Amino acid sequence: MTVPGISTEALRPHAEDAFAGELEALAAADDRPRPERWRLSPWAVATYLLGGTLPDGTVITPKYVGPRRTVEVAVTTLATDRALLLLGVPGTAKTWVSEHLAAAVSGDSTLLVQGTAGTPEEAIRYGWNYARLLADGPSREALVPSPVMRAMAGGATARIEELTRIPADVQDTLITILSEKTLPIPELGQEVQAVRGFNVIATANDRDRGVNELSSALRRRFNTVVLPLPATPEAEVDIVSRRVDQIGRSLDLPAAPDGADEIRRVVTVFRELRDGVTTDGRTKLKSPSGTLSTAEAISVLTGGLALAAHFGDGVLRAGDVAAGILGAVVRDPAADRLVWQEYLEAVVREREGWKDFYRACREVSV
Amino acid sequence: MTGPAAPALLGVRHHGPGSARAVRAALDQCRPGAVLIEGPPEADPLVRLAADPGMRPPVALLAHVPDDPGRAAFWPFAGFSPEWAALRWALDHGVAVRFIDLPAAHTLALRDPEREPDRGEKGGRSAPGADPLAALAAAAGYDDPELWWEDAVEHRRGGGPTGGDALAPFEALAEAMTELRDGFGFGPGNGDGDGGGPGLGDRGDGDGYGYGYGDSDVGEAADRARDVVREAHMRLKLREARREFGDGIAVVCGAWHVPALAEKRTVAADRQVLKGLPKVRTELSWVPWTNRRLARHSGYGAGIDSPGWYGHLFHAPDRPVERWLTKVARLLREEDFPVSSAHVIEAVRLADTLAALRGRPLAGLNETTDAVRAVMCDGSDVPLALVRERLVIGDALGEIPDEAPATPLLRDLTRLQRTLRLKPEAVERDCELDLRKDTDAARSRLLHRLRLLGIGWGKPVRSRGGLGTFRETWRLRWEPELSVRVAEAAAWGTTVAAAATAKAESRAVATPALAGLTSLAERCLLAGLPDALPTVMRVLADRAALDTDVAQLARALPALVRSVRYGDVRRTDATALGEVAAGLAERVFVGLPAACAGLDTDAAAEMRGHLDAVHQAVGLLTESGRARTPDTREHVGTAEPSGTAEAPGPAEAPGAAETGTGATGPAGTSGGDPDPALPEDAGGDDADRRERWAGVLRVLAERDGLPGGIRGRAARLLLDDRWLTEDRAARLMGLALSAGTEPAEAAAWIEGFLGAGSAGGMLLVHDESLLALVDAWLVGVPPAAFTSVLPLLRRTFSAYETGVRRTLGELVRRGSPGSRPAVPGEQDAHGFGAGLDEDRASAVLPTLYALLGLDPDPRRDGGGACQGDSGGAGSGGGCDGHLLPTVEGRSGGMAGANRTAGADGTAGADGTARADGTARPGAKAGPGGTATTSGTDRGDTPVRTEGGALPAATGATTDGTGR
Repeated sequence: MTVPGISTEALRPHAEDAFAGELEALAAADDRPRPERWRLSPWAVATYLLGGTLPDGTVITPKYVGPRRTVEVAVTTLATDRALLLLGVPGTAKTWVSEHLAAAVSGDSTLLVQGTAGTPEEAIRYGWNYARLLADGPSREALVPSPVMRAMAGGATARIEELTRIPADVQDTLITILSEKTLPIPELGQEVQAVRGFNVIATANDRDRGVNELSSALRRRFNTVVLPLPATPEAEVDIVSRRVDQIGRSLDLPAAPDGADEIRRVVTVFRELRDGVTTDGRTKLKSPSGTLSTAEAISVLTGGLALAAHFGDGVLRAGDVAAGILGAVVRDPAADRLVWQEYLEAVVREREGWKDFYRACREVSV
Repeated sequence: MTGPAAPALLGVRHHGPGSARAVRAALDQCRPGAVLIEGPPEADPLVRLAADPGMRPPVALLAHVPDDPGRAAFWPFAGFSPEWAALRWALDHGVAVRFIDLPAAHTLALRDPEREPDRGEKGGRSAPGADPLAALAAAAGYDDPELWWEDAVEHRRGGGPTGGDALAPFEALAEAMTELRDGFGFGPGNGDGDGGGPGLGDRGDGDGYGYGYGDSDVGEAADRARDVVREAHMRLKLREARREFGDGIAVVCGAWHVPALAEKRTVAADRQVLKGLPKVRTELSWVPWTNRRLARHSGYGAGIDSPGWYGHLFHAPDRPVERWLTKVARLLREEDFPVSSAHVIEAVRLADTLAALRGRPLAGLNETTDAVRAVMCDGSDVPLALVRERLVIGDALGEIPDEAPATPLLRDLTRLQRTLRLKPEAVERDCELDLRKDTDAARSRLLHRLRLLGIGWGKPVRSRGGLGTFRETWRLRWEPELSVRVAEAAAWGTTVAAAATAKAESRAVATPALAGLTSLAERCLLAGLPDALPTVMRVLADRAALDTDVAQLARALPALVRSVRYGDVRRTDATALGEVAAGLAERVFVGLPAACAGLDTDAAAEMRGHLDAVHQAVGLLTESGRARTPDTREHVGTAEPSGTAEAPGPAEAPGAAETGTGATGPAGTSGGDPDPALPEDAGGDDADRRERWAGVLRVLAERDGLPGGIRGRAARLLLDDRWLTEDRAARLMGLALSAGTEPAEAAAWIEGFLGAGSAGGMLLVHDESLLALVDAWLVGVPPAAFTSVLPLLRRTFSAYETGVRRTLGELVRRGSPGSRPAVPGEQDAHGFGAGLDEDRASAVLPTLYALLGLDPDPRRDGGGACQGDSGGAGSGGGCDGHLLPTVEGRSGGMAGANRTAGADGTAGADGTARADGTARPGAKAGPGGTATTSGTDRGDTPVRTEGGALPAATGATTDGTGR
């Protein structure tokens, strides 16, 4: 819960606080029909996420850089009263999108359940204040509502992070909530009925192993939107270099001159291996088992920067990123190593101007 | 615009279902006496076929030049095409139909015959600088002009029989088009313009509705000029029709042309425009079409991207979105995706809401696709691809009645049959083709192409006579149903070559297995379809890249390398093939060591076979890459079962790999002329590849834990190509056969090293140090272990020929080979006198020369020595056994040199060739070989001196030192 006045001190303010001005301007300019208890119309929500300029001149910054279609489907899903499941590899801004959607739709992005392997049923349904329970017996006062329950009662958007990490039996408690829109409390012989405006946004990672697949009964309750990886190399290089820059600064790493080439190279390697095809589209490649997301490219480069700053001459070189790349690519020592070697020999070796990189990779590969 | 008495001008977008619906409604309302349709007037007599129950769209009108079926144009009709709707309406109501576009005779004549019309599907129209439709769309607030057209026209469901004036939309459209033509400066005055919106005015080239075989590369100016001509012709035909039928007629044409048709022009002016147009004789026919081909030219925008969706929009009586999503659900269910009615309900809701959010009147394809992805496919694009394939595009295949005129493919086939004098006959007969003759080669290509097209007129049978690839035997038999096959194949193209190319390409895409693709590539080469090769190669490269089974890759490689060589012989450009083969080899290199680990006995034996095949392929590939070999090579290579193809590679290996030029001439060709135009650098990359292959073999030979057979084989291959010194090989063998190794494993090593065939025995006979090694190991096997080794050894040795086994036994009995010096040099071979008895050795020479067909005086050229060697490799196979002891007996002193030659040899018959070699040519080959390679450590200098009496030896020596 945010307390006014504290948010400015927070390391990271909530979306609805950080962009309160934009939300207000949008609400003022928005004359389209709004679903009940929505702060904005679906159109305005989409605009809030994708950015734009309002008639009164207010500039809405883009929160999500990606295909318009994706955002439109996501917003429409919420408007049709269906739960939304955001899928994607790590680093595709799933959590970010879900937070902003909740902020724009309900004005509150804090009704959050963080999914872990240890998430108990209470986190989704309700728990008990045992002191009250023992003292007064079961009553509504002794009941501790979960964020989902609060969202149901208040007609707001609840968020569930990493849904697939939650054990399957706990996941399934969502089924009743999503299909009947009601949460029975058998101990009291009562139930909490969701009021209009209630919805759930869940995020899940579709590349991780060892997750709990959703049961098809639950899956059926969700509309699935896959957040794609950056579509073009330029967009990705842009995202990566901005983040690397930010992180580098917060770690007090000296800015590396001429890092752009290495960034481009790392992004190229990641994209090629991820897509299973070279940038020129002429050669197919095997893909390694790792995810190779943008986020990982960023961490490889940050690691490389740290290497260059602390142990090198301050200039980001092929050797600084080679080991990081190897670590990111070769997750499975047998299969991935083959993939990597094949890539090295078939693509990197032949590529103009990549000799240094090839040598650096050969050095760390053996 | 259209007064009550004037003809109804129904402007449409080609293949717009909304337009088709509107046309039908308009025709129902105004009941014209005749219907004029934009299309080639030559097709008028074919119109009645459209009413035939055997006719089912999609079909296309096809105009082609009879003498040159490659020049053709298509006018495709789908069931939802407005033109088809108008046609069917007219036929159903007994109303006359006329096509009014410029005759195909002109449009085809106007085409540049130089251009390859059947490859003209490169994509969209050359983006016009200003798209008039974009202006209209922008005025309506749309970014995407096609989307606007959909919303404004195609999705409009009003205007039906109940919806008031069915002509009103057309009038509005005509006005808009007039504005546009004015606005873009193609006003009524100059009237030169298409630039047309998607399908509104065609491509202006007049052949087909915008995407037949279009001229994407023709300039826009030419398009406009041709538009003027076409509109003039349409006006004339309209006038003619008015004279004949009165004013009660309807015209169905691209919306873009409507203002031009409404324009008042004098007959004289129009005739002036049409004057002097070139003309060719054309023939028209109906051909079956497919939805895929409607959709094939993706560059041409809406209405063609999604024929299945449009068909659905046209045929669905109501609630198109609900019906569509139900269809999708049924499809997904058939494919075992769990999709329930609840999914459909949610998808419909999502699609409708999305449409509302996007401000569209009705959910379109984009909205439904988004809904299907989010609700039914769990966000995945995989099932979505299925939906796109099967529903959005659709797999509808058109049908035409039997009495439709002959297709150009059949015509092309008939023409070819005539020119090649290959008559279709119902009786079976065999036909021998000598591919060196042009006509026969063309016949072979035709038959191969037809086979690719599934027209099994000829079946290849094994040639009775020669084994060479320049001879082919076909069993020909024309059966009546083949005509049906020809008609079916008509959809693939207008000529046999084009159709076979298209078919091969599509098959390549559909073939999942690597082996299938390599054989397809081979067939493309046989059929002479160079245009199909790039696609096949691309798919092949893709499949190879994703294939993780090294055995598969290794299996595919030899066939591919064969194709490369074959391509060389046929002088087809096999560069692409070579690249793919090289890439494949690279992948095999990387994956092989890992793939060899943890194999059981059978798998290891199989892998050993792959190892040999890859080794040979790498050799061939290197060779093919280095020099375009002369034709004769192929004939030599194929005339003999296995000899030369292998022999040159290893024999020349050391010299060639190092010097780049070296031994190619003598080793390679029977003519013995060194190729002067040998590119130095081409050898560089190949040498590099061989180097890497050697690296892989080394890893295989030395890595512990790999199956013994594979390690042994790798060591042997290395030894053969001198990538491994004998000392090192001996060490490897010692290691593999030492007491610490499992006896079974050691035996497997031996089998791998010596080879399971008789060649292994030959090696042992000739290479004494190896024999000594093996012998020493065998003697050292403890008695208890010996019984377990025995069966394995027996298996290896029983494969040797009797003569070889006897010789081996004699050698071993004669004395312990191990006690002899490792390098005996030329002094006494055991059991033989010291030195070479020149006289007795020479006595055998004349016979040998006669056998080998050589010039007895090898002084003729320096390469003579090796030439003799390689010749012997091929043809000496017959004189096994008895020749061997003789030669051995007479020239025992040559053992040292001989061993060099023996180690050079690979497999099969050349073992004997080595034996011949011992007598005379071998004496030359020996020193010659050592001179270029390992030098003098063999102690054979005396031999050379001695042999120096032989002229060729001198030649060889100079040869060696001269480089």
